[in-house]
Amino acid sequence: MLKDKSGLLRVWGKFERSEFFFRKLLFFTALCMVILVVAIFLSLLLNSFPSLKKMGIGFVFGKTWDPVFNQFGALPFLIGTLLTSFLALLISIPFSLSISLFLGEYFTKGIFSSILKSAIELLAGIPSVIYGFWALFVLVPLVRTIQVKLGILPYGVGIFTASLVLAIMIIPYSAAIGREVIQLVPSDLKEAAFSLGATRFEVIRRIVLPYARSGIMAGILLALGRALGETMAVTMVIGNTNVIPRDIFSPANTMASVIANEFTEATGEIYLSALVEIGLLLFVVTTIINIIGRQIVKKMTIEV
Amino acid sequence: MTKNRILVRILKDRIFLGFVLFFSLASIIPLFLIVFYIIKSGISAVNWQFLTHLPRPVGEAGGGISNAIVGTAILILISCLISVPLGIFAGIYLSENREGKLSYFTRLCVEILQGTPSIVIGIIAYLWIVVPMKTFSAFSGGVALGIMMLPLIVRTTEETLKLVPNTLKEASLALGVPYHQTILKVILPAGLSGILTGVLVSIARIAGETAPLLFTAFGSPFMNFNIFKPINALPLLIFNYATSPYSEWHTLAWGASFILVVFVLILNVIAKLVARKWKVQF
Repeated sequence: MLKDKSGLLRVWGKFERSEFFFRKLLFFTALCMVILVVAIFLSLLLNSFPSLKKMGIGFVFGKTWDPVFNQFGALPFLIGTLLTSFLALLISIPFSLSISLFLGEYFTKGIFSSILKSAIELLAGIPSVIYGFWALFVLVPLVRTIQVKLGILPYGVGIFTASLVLAIMIIPYSAAIGREVIQLVPSDLKEAAFSLGATRFEVIRRIVLPYARSGIMAGILLALGRALGETMAVTMVIGNTNVIPRDIFSPANTMASVIANEFTEATGEIYLSALVEIGLLLFVVTTIINIIGRQIVKKMTIEV
Repeated sequence: MTKNRILVRILKDRIFLGFVLFFSLASIIPLFLIVFYIIKSGISAVNWQFLTHLPRPVGEAGGGISNAIVGTAILILISCLISVPLGIFAGIYLSENREGKLSYFTRLCVEILQGTPSIVIGIIAYLWIVVPMKTFSAFSGGVALGIMMLPLIVRTTEETLKLVPNTLKEASLALGVPYHQTILKVILPAGLSGILTGVLVSIARIAGETAPLLFTAFGSPFMNFNIFKPINALPLLIFNYATSPYSEWHTLAWGASFILVVFVLILNVIAKLVARKWKVQF
């Protein structure tokens, strides 16, 4: 039948070669992701070495951040970051939990749920710099009037304002995960409770929330990861003061905002590497939080 | 007595529903406020001159943001060129090799990358590209944004291709089509709309990223097409103008915010339409 068998073989050989090449290419791109993350970690570590050598563990506990005297202690920023993030979480929890119950339990379908869902998606899509801009012109004056009423120094900017913006920004994330895990609650469990005469509130309190608890926690954890690393909105309203904040209204700085503010001005090797070290800390902490949160979500989705 | 208890339980139920409704609706208020402010202050700033002119120095009326619009377009182009091929191929690998050590670690790394704060990506782009090249550049900004895009593209590609049934692949292989052509000409087209949606959504996400651009693209008051020079971008311009003390610049920043939000919104709507129109289903 075939006159030129060697030609067929040649074509086949060509295919085999390109197939081999294609498989290698796929393998290599997948490997690229791993290399990328490892390289990010290593270059952060490498570049923070001068500061690590000079400050050692004191970097984390040092209270003064004074580039002029090469004194770099990141404690003010650590406290600033933790305060803003946890305050934001605290503010956002009732809202995000309500939204996840609204979408996952009360109104799973229909016009209400699609309106709320689109609104939340839109909220998640607005760039953080615009949040910051809006907060600077709307929230800051608002907080200032509150501060005047309370009789404290009316900075306007500060930890409280930053937490407010952050809370608005992280609501969509924890709400999305909360909705997903609440929808995972088996309906026979809920139906059994309803058939025993439980009200909706009792079903939510005794069946839905306990069942979805770890998933909801994971959603909050992932939101925390976002809050810790959020830069622009916080930078614009936190006041940028490199001292340990006295109360939740005082201006401060977070790890992300100090990098954003000082990175381009950093003169001197140790100054720059101190900022990189803050970046390293941020990377490690958010990575750990993310891995834990995602493991919990994954476990829940597999179990059901 | 029992009737009373039942009434109390029903009352509790109603109160709780009230709470849920109140908090859910209250969380949309900021959205309305933000959109209201952007439209109110932004739309008056937007006109033809605003879109086509360069920024003017303080004190001079008028001026536009054309350089930032062009800059954002260039940055998006660079980041897409870097991350779309890489992300799609990695996604193919993950959907083809569901088990295995490399798949596990790749998935883990993609998750880590997704959670990495954008400012850290900015530092990385600075260390890798700005320092060796000794200049801020559009290229380094594009790389930073590209790294930010990667995880979303990888994940959507993987999720979409997992939906393509195995029979399609087997039929193609049984006809003697080599593996790479099966993937590129059968599997990939079958999942194209899903991948396209992923790319569009990820562009929408990075279009407003500011933190990674602060010390990579850096910003510039001039029109620039050279990707190895500093370049302006919409989010950078908003940040710089919003934090300035001049009210003319604030107006420009509101206008830029309006443009940026509209752009992001349009991308999201297109992505939704693509996903709905060519739904990947078998």
